[in-house]
Amino acid sequence: MTDVDITSKTMDGMGPHGTKVGLLRVLGPAHVWALGVGIVLVGEYMGWNFAVGKGGAYAALIACWFAGILYTCVAMIDSEVTSTVASAGGQYTQAKHIVGPLMAFNVGLYLVFAYTMLEAANAITAGYLFSVVATMSGHEAALDQRPFIILVIMFLAWLNYRGVLATLTFNLVITAIAFVAILVLFLATSGVVGGGIMEHAALFEGHEMPYGWIGVLAAMHFGLWYYLGIEGTTQAAEEVRSPARALPFGTLAGIMTLLIAATLTWYVCSGALPWEFLGDGVNGSVAPLFDTARLSGSNALIWLLGIGTLFATLASANGCINDASRAWFAMGRDKYLPGWFGAVHPKYRTPYRAIVFLVPIALIFALGAPLDQVITFSILSGLLGYTFMPLNIIMFRKKWPLNSIKRGYEHPFHPLPAITLLTLCAVTFFAVFLGYGTQLVAMIGFYIVVSLWFHFWRYRFVNRGAQFTMPWPKPQGY
Amino acid sequence: MDLWNWLEYAAWALSVAFGLHMLLDWLKTDSSYSEDVLTSSREGELEAMAEEHKVKS
Repeated sequence: MTDVDITSKTMDGMGPHGTKVGLLRVLGPAHVWALGVGIVLVGEYMGWNFAVGKGGAYAALIACWFAGILYTCVAMIDSEVTSTVASAGGQYTQAKHIVGPLMAFNVGLYLVFAYTMLEAANAITAGYLFSVVATMSGHEAALDQRPFIILVIMFLAWLNYRGVLATLTFNLVITAIAFVAILVLFLATSGVVGGGIMEHAALFEGHEMPYGWIGVLAAMHFGLWYYLGIEGTTQAAEEVRSPARALPFGTLAGIMTLLIAATLTWYVCSGALPWEFLGDGVNGSVAPLFDTARLSGSNALIWLLGIGTLFATLASANGCINDASRAWFAMGRDKYLPGWFGAVHPKYRTPYRAIVFLVPIALIFALGAPLDQVITFSILSGLLGYTFMPLNIIMFRKKWPLNSIKRGYEHPFHPLPAITLLTLCAVTFFAVFLGYGTQLVAMIGFYIVVSLWFHFWRYRFVNRGAQFTMPWPKPQGY
Repeated sequence: MDLWNWLEYAAWALSVAFGLHMLLDWLKTDSSYSEDVLTSSREGELEAMAEEHKVKS
């Protein structure tokens, strides 16, 4: 056995509280941006257009902006709490410090399920994209998608295993390319540069709100798709060089990027594709940005948006592996799960056991479950997480008011963002219930059962005192 | 057999290679270091070292 102490003068690292091998602090704001935007941007390339099918193009735009408000609140709240609770696990760690162990256990599970399901959905999508390319390049027989689905998961897990800096630098490059592709498509098709192909007036005539305001409400379910995952920036908290600066900067720059990307995406796609085709993401427009590029007639745009679609899918899967493993690792470290998962690789400084453990789970869902069910489970877990956030920030401000501990960022207009977020979550739950009521009830039932298991069995193993290592004053009222 | 058939085989092979690399490195790491070292990580390192959480009044 080699005993290593990274606090020794000959080794780099930090080691209070007995840490001998910890996660590596090497990331900057750009990596945080890449993690958040990278997970989400695939939602611009595909998925959001189901909102058009639910209520027409205007409903999709209203859902886009209302969901934008929801996620702006999420980004602001997360930026304040995470710049203070700068630790792996993100919202799980926030819940542990601010609310209590049962909430923390549930939030940790929401995170792991939301990200692992999304990773599986991305791998399925990547396999589909490879099959489309094969067909377009003249391959006659049906392509076996399985090896490509497995390769995506294995390669990205391997990258995550080997180190966080390379992983998120890779995400930065491919996410930036995917975002630039949307900008180029907008410039080339909207008429800003050269002749445009936009036909909004003609396409919308007589179809402004095909299902009225109930269609707008139903569209909110898929409105989340424009931004789902931006809250994942918090998982980088223990690996950024300066949490107080990098986390708010990266997260808020990320939500601004997504608001621009979402609006431009809606504009170019709804101006080029009829709503009946655009709104059918299964038999109609599977990848609306790519379809818009095809309508432009430019081979360069078709290639660019094809590459953008693949890169956005890979970036999302990559970010999901990073985030799910950090949440699983943090829960293991505090013994909410077996402590064995709380191990850090002494050379690569990554939560390697958590990364490897989640690989077969992602593979099972990617190879054995239908895509829409996988995505729905991911959205519902995410939505439960968003409902926790307003309660979390209200308790945080109450227990540790602004003058009691130092924050990297203080979000404005409190408690308005929290109330807005809670209201929008309630609306979205109703919208989800309209379309996926059975899944919603089944999933809440699942979380009740695991909560009972945690309360009556698992909680006895938790590191009750040792899990709180932040040098904070006692909360007010205690 | 066209290019895509070969790519299918290549994808299988690469998947196995990445998986094996992780698995072997995992076993090697677990047998080379004590569990005490590997699971010694605790949260809040930066705060404990660099920040006192004192706010000027």
